[in-house]
Amino acid sequence: MWQELRTELHPLGLEIVTVGIDTVGVDACRPFIEAAAPSHPSLIDTHHVVAERFGVTNIPNGVWIDEEGMIVRPAETSPAPGRAARPAAGPGELPQHMMDIFAESAKFQTDPAAYAAALRDWLANGSSSRYALSPDQVVERSEPRNADAARGQAHFELAAHLEQVGDHASAVPHFREAHRLVPDNFSYKRQAWSLEASVDGPLSRFWQGPAEDDPDAWPYDSDWLSEVRGFGAENYYRPFVP
Amino acid sequence: MILDHLAISRAAFEAGTGWQIKPEGACRGEVCIPLRNQDANAPTVDVADLAAQMGLPLVHDEALGLWSLGPWSGNDRTLVSAEAPELELPDLDGNLFRLSSLRGQKVLLVAWAPY
Repeated sequence: MWQELRTELHPLGLEIVTVGIDTVGVDACRPFIEAAAPSHPSLIDTHHVVAERFGVTNIPNGVWIDEEGMIVRPAETSPAPGRAARPAAGPGELPQHMMDIFAESAKFQTDPAAYAAALRDWLANGSSSRYALSPDQVVERSEPRNADAARGQAHFELAAHLEQVGDHASAVPHFREAHRLVPDNFSYKRQAWSLEASVDGPLSRFWQGPAEDDPDAWPYDSDWLSEVRGFGAENYYRPFVP
Repeated sequence: MILDHLAISRAAFEAGTGWQIKPEGACRGEVCIPLRNQDANAPTVDVADLAAQMGLPLVHDEALGLWSLGPWSGNDRTLVSAEAPELELPDLDGNLFRLSSLRGQKVLLVAWAPY
């Protein structure tokens, strides 16, 4: 995924730092990180600190930071080169629900080549690159946060903490409150949905919706398929704006 | 920031929120929020008072005896300034890594998730 771009761009002065955001932590991130075998720092963020501090609201999201530690592009969709990893399954092995999710995912619109080209332009031209924003532009373009969004972040962090200490039942109402207060934050939702064991086995965290044999047990007002179909998979990622 | 009591050290407040308590107020980058009634020599700060003065949400789960202090939203944006906030997180082996250790290089910080 990112390693390929890192190998190309590190000699040109770029370091990549990947951050896996998941309340489950190391155990969930390990297989993906070991498969990617990154030579760059690869970190684990169980409390979604990058959401609070950098405004990450979906994944993948990237932030560009210059040599002086100034952000020159705030959090935005950062399509990875290559294909996203998916749970392995042979033909006919996947339930219809997962096939539906993959069908919607296939409609996502991103342009990894354009994103990588913008990165190369920044490496070549530094602050005079058309993609490097001024400090005022960076703050202005960073994710909006009103009082509700700030309160929602506090509820989300409390939910993440409760997951850490193994109190899932107490976490759910705080996840719900975060979803109510910040309805357009998709990573708050995906994180919470991924923790409901609607199915057993390797698909569990990707199911992201009610169990077919017990739909009433689902504790949330929405789910991945309903939500993405509602706003349209084509709108899942915001377009890259130079 | 998760708390089980509201009187904490100044250093803990600063590390947890990214805001420094200075004579001119609570500051982050070039932004300072004036504060009343701050005793620079007091061993602890009152989180409820600071939250109210700074406009930070303080969520209380009474049953669990926990508080969660949320971020500032006074400029209606996630970023207070373009200066990159510090980020200190562990890798797979538990070794802590600080984003600021990469000063002098350009950095692409990428968030992903295994779900």
